[in-house]
Amino acid sequence: MSFGYANGRKIFNNLNFSMEKGDRIGLIGPNGAGKTTLLHLIMGLLKPDSGEIEIFGKVRKEDRDFTEVRQRIGLLFQDSDDQLFCPTVEEDIAFGPLNLGKTHEDARIIVRETCEKLGLNGYEKKITNRLSEGEKRLVALATVVAMHPECYLLDEPATGLDEKTTQRLLNYLRENTHTYIIITHDLGFLKNVAEKMYVLSDSFIKEL
Amino acid sequence: MHLEEFAEGNSFFHRLDPRVKFITIIPYIFVIAFMKGLNGPVLSLIISLVMIAFTGISIKKLLSRLVVVNAFVLLLWIFLPFSYSGTEVFQIGHLKATREGFLQVLSITLKTNAIVIATIAILGTSEVFSLAHALVHLKVPDKLVYLFFFFYRYISVLHEEYIRLKRTMTIRAFKARTSIHTYKTYAYLIGMLIVRSYDRSQRIYKAMLCRGFKGKFPIISHFHLTIADLCFGFLMTLITVLIAIISKNG
Repeated sequence: MSFGYANGRKIFNNLNFSMEKGDRIGLIGPNGAGKTTLLHLIMGLLKPDSGEIEIFGKVRKEDRDFTEVRQRIGLLFQDSDDQLFCPTVEEDIAFGPLNLGKTHEDARIIVRETCEKLGLNGYEKKITNRLSEGEKRLVALATVVAMHPECYLLDEPATGLDEKTTQRLLNYLRENTHTYIIITHDLGFLKNVAEKMYVLSDSFIKEL
Repeated sequence: MHLEEFAEGNSFFHRLDPRVKFITIIPYIFVIAFMKGLNGPVLSLIISLVMIAFTGISIKKLLSRLVVVNAFVLLLWIFLPFSYSGTEVFQIGHLKATREGFLQVLSITLKTNAIVIATIAILGTSEVFSLAHALVHLKVPDKLVYLFFFFYRYISVLHEEYIRLKRTMTIRAFKARTSIHTYKTYAYLIGMLIVRSYDRSQRIYKAMLCRGFKGKFPIISHFHLTIADLCFGFLMTLITVLIAIISKNG
């Protein structure tokens, strides 16, 4: 697959990448190498100039094709303020499940379970934009977790988090998820969560 | 930036159902706005003051808001007395200040303050998100509500962005002067804010797409009317009708 931005910046030139169920992948690379771009391409937020994206055994081209992908793969954004836009934590977490057609009762149960899993009990009624950075990150993760994705794409999840919050994140990833790609600059963190490491640079991706 | 300082508290007004608040305050405001003479405005100002007293909002904070409003009213005090014909009070050159003019501007001042104080007491004591919710429940068009809500949700993020940019200017020894350099810098600052907010809006939209957004916002929590809400609604309606009658009969 190849991809370049409209401003002429070429990011990928015949990039080849595949992952399987159960892969715990760490993705590193210099700034501007296209790590975030890769995740956005997988989610169908950007479209490749040439080449093919195949997810869950089907080639994905149109926005329509990605609806299913977005339900089964969860993307955590770099900036939590981008991800949290509902007034309260509860509503932000319920937004995805309700969009998937869950009833209010079910959504409420999902909110409660998700909060329990991430240690966010008692946060349900809090106002999202008054949370601290670390809390925002965990709530943003909760909004992704609430959709019960089979695969997670985490864009620098540990950046700016203190040790305790990072530990909570780590515990969650180890115990509750099986398949993910994590982008990070923190090699120490990566060693704890990734079984495979890839480096992305100069439009090439290679396993370490 | 703290936009909801009045919403913190636990008075009777803070606990009222925002739907009832909207339904009762709108006629109240309209009745005040269309009043003539002085009796009605004085009476409604007293009622508004009684309401604000119940909220426990600090007088200092309230005054700081009223100063802004009354700065505009002050302009009216300069122009209006001269633009009505009637009994002359004093004269500057060819301009005659009239008693009718002064009464008119006094009435406007009283009405403005009555409306602002009532709005702070009734709407200001609810958090913006619950007001937005109430608007959805009252069948206000979704797009308007979301516009209002997103504006509120991201204005503080934008403000932080502005402060960050301003700081980077300050640490590089920027001082505002009357010079092309200053204007240019401010133009860059505003341009940068626009570019960044556009980028952010794109990222937020993408994040919403990832979570299955199809153009509708589901609402999870609902309001429940209490006896207090009904009493307040009844009382406010009664007051509104009464002041309407009183001001009409002079």
